[in-house]
Amino acid sequence: MEIPDVKEKWTSKINEVTIGATKEQGGTRAKTVTVGGASTLPFMNFEGDIPNRPVIAGFVSDVVPEWPDVIKNAIGKEISSPVEWAQKNVKDFGVDLISLKMIGADPSGENRQPAECAKVVEDILKAVDVPLILWGCGDDEKDNHVLPECSQAAKGENCLIGSAKEGNYMTVVAICKADKHKIISEAPVDINLAKQVNILLQDAGYDLKDVVMFQTTAALGYGYDYVHTIIERCRTVGLKGDNLMASPQICDVAGETYRVKEAVADEDILPGWGKLERRGPMWEAACAEGYLQAGADILVMAHPNAISAVKKTLDKLMQ
Amino acid sequence: MALTGMQIYKLLPKTNCKDCGLPTCMAFAMQVAAKQKALTDCPHVSEESKEELSEASSPPMRLVKIGPEGKQFEIGQETVMFRHEEKFHRPCGIAVRIPSSLSDEEALAKSEKINKSVFERVGQTLKVQLCAVEIDGAADPAGRAKLVAEKSEVPLILMGKNADAMKKAAEAIKDLRPLVGGADASNIDGFIDIAASLKLPVAISGKNLEELADLTSKAKEKGIEDIILSFNTENLGDTLRWLTLARRAALRKNFRALGYPALVEVTTKDAEEETVVASAYAAKYAGIVIIDNVEPWELLPIMVVVQNVYTDPQVPNTVEAKLYEVGNPDENSPVMFTTNFSLTYFSVESEVERSKVPAYICVVETEGLGVLNAYAGDKISAEKVVKTLNEQKVAEKVKHRKLIIPGLLPIFRAEIEDTSDWKEVIIGPETAREIPAFLTNNWKS
Repeated sequence: MEIPDVKEKWTSKINEVTIGATKEQGGTRAKTVTVGGASTLPFMNFEGDIPNRPVIAGFVSDVVPEWPDVIKNAIGKEISSPVEWAQKNVKDFGVDLISLKMIGADPSGENRQPAECAKVVEDILKAVDVPLILWGCGDDEKDNHVLPECSQAAKGENCLIGSAKEGNYMTVVAICKADKHKIISEAPVDINLAKQVNILLQDAGYDLKDVVMFQTTAALGYGYDYVHTIIERCRTVGLKGDNLMASPQICDVAGETYRVKEAVADEDILPGWGKLERRGPMWEAACAEGYLQAGADILVMAHPNAISAVKKTLDKLMQ
Repeated sequence: MALTGMQIYKLLPKTNCKDCGLPTCMAFAMQVAAKQKALTDCPHVSEESKEELSEASSPPMRLVKIGPEGKQFEIGQETVMFRHEEKFHRPCGIAVRIPSSLSDEEALAKSEKINKSVFERVGQTLKVQLCAVEIDGAADPAGRAKLVAEKSEVPLILMGKNADAMKKAAEAIKDLRPLVGGADASNIDGFIDIAASLKLPVAISGKNLEELADLTSKAKEKGIEDIILSFNTENLGDTLRWLTLARRAALRKNFRALGYPALVEVTTKDAEEETVVASAYAAKYAGIVIIDNVEPWELLPIMVVVQNVYTDPQVPNTVEAKLYEVGNPDENSPVMFTTNFSLTYFSVESEVERSKVPAYICVVETEGLGVLNAYAGDKISAEKVVKTLNEQKVAEKVKHRKLIIPGLLPIFRAEIEDTSDWKEVIIGPETAREIPAFLTNNWKS
């Protein structure tokens, strides 16, 4: 029996963004990573092209994150050195690129100085040859000092730098233009604000073709539904021709997952919920897989088991 | 799918006889389209027209019920492709397989584990909804079906390709209305016979969507209404594409042959991969996902994907406005307030937990709005906060009178201090993320 034709006729496509620069391109990376470019919904290759597969960025932070021991142990002792952690991510976990977050710069935490952060960037660039995503600590005022130094340290490497928000985008635009980096535009679970931030970037003279959107990320069970839907809606309107919303999207799954009860508390606190050793990474993996189906292009992940499980599905999805 | 007035008009005698009480057949048709009249209010409408209308007005995806009256699992009647277009109606059910290779004892033990897989999370009950009993390969199909059926607290799916074995098993427990699973092109006649004679729902698979549509149409011709589309390919990408196409054909084109809920049987051996794959199907259009593993660490992530994706986006997510105790607080513990938007509350709660400082969280009813939206929309005020603190008798819980308020509402401080016993109002952080540092550094009772 013939099935009715239900193919969508998308008029546009998601922007293609390349991260990293090889020697010929003025950087030192062995390869670059390109995301986006799809002219269809995630994995629906019967009605459009998906030239690039979604990628996994290995989570690394300048100081050891406050994660449960069982999670840190699964990553290994390398977690205490950003350089070794980055190397392990690339060699053992098989990530496509590194996502480096300057947690230690947080004024309410260790309050590390911009120069210390820049040193970490330099060291990691020397230690691994994959492209780099660079985040500040999340405190706008502090990041206005941290990001310029980190950007400078990675000049010419075509990093993806996060994040430009309504309140600090001028600084981020200035450094990314000067040092030739790509930008992550951030809006907290708000599709209208997401568009607004992109408009601001454009008005500031930054090409939206070099932007990756960050809707902020919710851990599974903690607003996942909102983020899932915003990612879906952005992808859809981008395909329908809204050039302000056609950016690829990034999700910081690891950064959010190991803050919530289900991925932090063991059976002593959650009796009958299974060992955290198994549950934690699956909380990360299921969340990442869900966002993948919604339309995420870059997943920031940490636990080797979560990374490996999601990678296996990616292989099948892209067949 | 609703018919337009014009489409209904074509089904009428077009005599303008006024016997329905309206001046013309067209006027009557418009009223039927607006659901203010029923087609049967026309005394002269033909039987064929009635049938055509009832066919056209039935939902594009059928609602299928599995299991005995009283504890049925209901799935289907979905209306949209994306949750933001309206909502997803009936949460995907997780089914756990009982392989025929298990001994009777092991089968019962697994069934018992399935019964016990019930979890409470954010005020909702999450559980395994179905038990999938493999029939092929069982020495005594009827015996195996009966054995599990007697102990199972959830409805059953019978899985198998062998029509003779299936018939024995289905007959043995037909009163429990199991789903008969495993029909395909090779055994369709036998399975149609089982489903039709025992009046049971049946799950049918095809080697592609075209063949699947042929097979469901064949079953329908034999009077079987309760059909489930079954997918058991090992290729995640293909299956997701088929699920999408089948759902689009049903919802957008009213294509009856695929207008049924879908079941996916996950067949990977690796438990972690199974979790992730099942989560993908749960997020994208599976009505039932069959998996092997019954460990809580595997079930819970999948269940919460379902819980989240099937949340109604039109209804603000709220928690009960009451006093919450995090980590056994005592009379010296901090007190803070926040709104009843669940995302706000759970962010605050999980950060307080992370801080390891036990605390009281007073939740103010704000109709499901976050702090800033509630303030802008006049759903929260200093007066309301004071009233809520009194109603929840917070002062009886602690010796001190210090109140931590959201950093986004510093303006409340003076009024709360002036109008209540809470004489020391401390302005807390603007975001939940900063709570642990705030409590560790700034809180002293």
